Amino acid sequence: MAQVTLSGITKTYPNGVTAVHPASFSIPHGEFIVLVGPSGCGKSTMLRMIAGLEDISAGDLHIGARLVNHIDPADRDIAMVFQNYALYPHMSVRKNIGYGLKNRKIPQAQIDQKVAEASALLNLDDYLDRKPSQLSGGQRQRVAMGRAIVRDPALFLFDEPLSNLDAKLRNQMRIEIKALQRRLGVTSVYVTHDQVEAMTMADRIIVMNEGRIEQIGSPSEIYHSPATTFVASFMGAPPMNLLHGEILNGMAQIGDLRLAAAPKAASGAVVIGLRPEDITPDAAGPLMLDIALVEELGAHRLLHGSLLGQPISLHVSKDIAASTGPLRASFKPETLSLFAADTGVRL
Amino acid sequence: MQKPRLRLSTVLDHVILIIGSLFMMLPVLMLLQMTSMPDLVNMKNGPGLSFGSQLDDNFLKAMLKADGFAGANTGLNMLWNSLILGFGFAIGKIVLGMMAAYAIVYFRLRFASFAFWMIFTTLLLPLEVRILPSYEIVQKLGMLNTYQGLIVPLIASATATFFFRQYFRSIPEELVEAARIDGAGPVKFFFDILVPLSRTMVAAMFIIMFVYGWNQYLWPTMITTDEGMFTLVRGIKQITQMLEGNQIPEYGRANMLALIAILPPVLIVVFFQSWFVKGLTESDK
Amino acid sequence: MKRAAFTNRWLPILLLLPQMAIIVVFFYWPAWHALTSSFYLQDPFGFSETFVGFANYTSLWKSAPYARAASFTVVFSLLVTFLSLAIALLLAVKADKVIKGAKAYRTALMWVYAVAPPVAGVMGIILFNQSWGPLTRFLTMLGWDFKLGVNYYDTAFAMVLVSVWKQIPVNFIFFLSGLQSIPKSVREAALIDNRSASGRFWDITFPLLAPTGFFLLITNITYSLFDTFGVIDTLVKGEPGNNPMTLVYKVYVDGFRGNDMGGSSAQSVILMVLVLAMTIAQFRLVERRIHYT
Repeated sequence: MAQVTLSGITKTYPNGVTAVHPASFSIPHGEFIVLVGPSGCGKSTMLRMIAGLEDISAGDLHIGARLVNHIDPADRDIAMVFQNYALYPHMSVRKNIGYGLKNRKIPQAQIDQKVAEASALLNLDDYLDRKPSQLSGGQRQRVAMGRAIVRDPALFLFDEPLSNLDAKLRNQMRIEIKALQRRLGVTSVYVTHDQVEAMTMADRIIVMNEGRIEQIGSPSEIYHSPATTFVASFMGAPPMNLLHGEILNGMAQIGDLRLAAAPKAASGAVVIGLRPEDITPDAAGPLMLDIALVEELGAHRLLHGSLLGQPISLHVSKDIAASTGPLRASFKPETLSLFAADTGVRL
Repeated sequence: MQKPRLRLSTVLDHVILIIGSLFMMLPVLMLLQMTSMPDLVNMKNGPGLSFGSQLDDNFLKAMLKADGFAGANTGLNMLWNSLILGFGFAIGKIVLGMMAAYAIVYFRLRFASFAFWMIFTTLLLPLEVRILPSYEIVQKLGMLNTYQGLIVPLIASATATFFFRQYFRSIPEELVEAARIDGAGPVKFFFDILVPLSRTMVAAMFIIMFVYGWNQYLWPTMITTDEGMFTLVRGIKQITQMLEGNQIPEYGRANMLALIAILPPVLIVVFFQSWFVKGLTESDK
Repeated sequence: MKRAAFTNRWLPILLLLPQMAIIVVFFYWPAWHALTSSFYLQDPFGFSETFVGFANYTSLWKSAPYARAASFTVVFSLLVTFLSLAIALLLAVKADKVIKGAKAYRTALMWVYAVAPPVAGVMGIILFNQSWGPLTRFLTMLGWDFKLGVNYYDTAFAMVLVSVWKQIPVNFIFFLSGLQSIPKSVREAALIDNRSASGRFWDITFPLLAPTGFFLLITNITYSLFDTFGVIDTLVKGEPGNNPMTLVYKVYVDGFRGNDMGGSSAQSVILMVLVLAMTIAQFRLVERRIHYT
């Protein structure tokens, strides 16, 4: 049974701007779904509509079996973690976590117990009587999590919860949040602009751009078979190489360089996508690259250069010596992606 | 080589600051000195350098003695009226201002911009320019010589509303969203989150408004003719007349009254300096 | 309005109601009243009134005392504004610089904010007492035969002095907070780029303070128009006579003492237009200031 179902959810502002074009998908029970896209792509608006903080212009939103379009955020059985944590600055950690329960008229003894459970789970026991201003960023993040956990919601909503943390803490919290979600088994919707977070945390990823859903799929599907050039260029660092070429006689080629067989029906101008790690130096390879820059990353190296005048990057192991200048390389034809040049859609 | 030159400029800085401070302080020290001396000495020689023993005597006179027909304008009574004006004005302004600002910032209101402009136009015209018609209206309403008549018309401007509106807008939006998800309605959000959050702002506003209300002169002068309703600042006129009329002008008592009139607001401003400065400099943004 | 506003229909109206009621009764009604009665002439006993159109305004235009009050107000406002801003700026710059006793100086220079204008006037009366006032004596020593309340210019001098004294603190507070909001890095950059302290002040500090200064300029003019009422009323001891008078004081004297409601209302309306123009200018400046920072 689907926990959350969106059917044709749309957001149009009074000034006529459409922030989210009709979107439909459903989230099964216990799934961790990540909405990812550049800023302004509509992912936060989508999340806020699910939370009830933003009116839904058209479409139906079900949580469980219930239509919740016109139900107050407090009654949707959800919990939300905000980007800037949104802790109440004048309340202690204990009160912050318990505030939602208090408003639901839950007996104090039960609140105390729930707060104690959550704080044990999140290692917050020593900080319960502190104010948010006396906590570090990571601790505040945990308090925000605690506030969400104690409510036992049907749905967790995360709005870029890690973007205010430094890189090291972000990695650590990423793992903690994911582990916690696994343990509690609560359906979660997580918004981020960081493709690494999306890849590592999600059961399924929804990539959005300009108010539209570009692709829904598992991290591996999204990564290896991007549905559009946008997804291809957004996911992965460095992104997929996108080379302009054409299909002639059933072969995708750049100029005279024939790369791979194309689907039968396709013809004309195409964009050819190749992941940097799918290209390997090979003295007998068909690709003649001109390397202009070598980036040393320790475990591996990034080589940047050009192929027939088009920029290209490749990702090589640290064991392979690299220098600037000409380089021959090969690739596995099955890793190649083809997109229509005009629409950007995968062929 | 550098050091002595540096020092000279520092000394100069201090000299300028000391002259400035003396310029601000001396007039009040003069009041204090005179009120410690017998009236006869003051009448003959004016302010001097010696400090006399009449302080407590003059304090009692200032607090308890009255002139005029009713004998109601004792210092004590005027002090009481000043406190009522100061507190009434400050509290009234803050409560109304917070309520209105809350409505404007946190609610979807059809006539919001109309209400906004209606309220904020009042920032444009101080009471002084509409003082006579205001007097007539208060008279028509039968509110002359009442505390309401004294306080309420002074509240009819939006400074506090404007201040709180600015402050509320600076509070992160996620806070109200979190509260909504936590099941707090508008009333709960106001009392549980917004009011405790605004404590410092309320304190700053209170200081500014208390001083402003306490120091009102023109309006109380017009609205109160009953000596029992005089505030200390309103009573200043009596003080100056005391200096003119009597055979031996009562400088001791008059100056003591003047000192009592400035003491409470000065103490508040000095002790809560940082709040006060914050409130003052942030209210214009 | 915030994005996630509450949607209750009656609560906001209830919240706005008290403020609106007070504003309508004690702001819009009197303002409207001033406007309408400026077109009428009341008989001295207040029994009847006749519509006279712009007669009240034209008679003001021709009135010599009004012209005198107007020109005094202009000179008075400019003097008070300029002097109190200049002195406050000097003191703020110094108070911002010194390390020892900074807090004491700050307190000493700002507490006068809390002194009521008429009390400041009382101090003026004592300082300028005809027989033994310390300032009268001092000026006599300089050969100035000072007569408060008798000589027009002497009285004007006392009014300016007391008003400046009263206005320094608020300017000082704003300048000091303006100075303290100049980022340390900017000061340090200036320290490297410019040897001369005065050069640094005029090239860096002063321009950065300019927005505060513009804001204060309007505030101070408004202050000298309105808040000086108490100073003036005590210095002339409630007997304006031939003494200098500001426009606001004249509204009060003509309307409240002289019972010339029509004329006084016309004066009020003129003041309203004046203040309106200044406040709009101020809002524009504040707006610009927000854009810059």
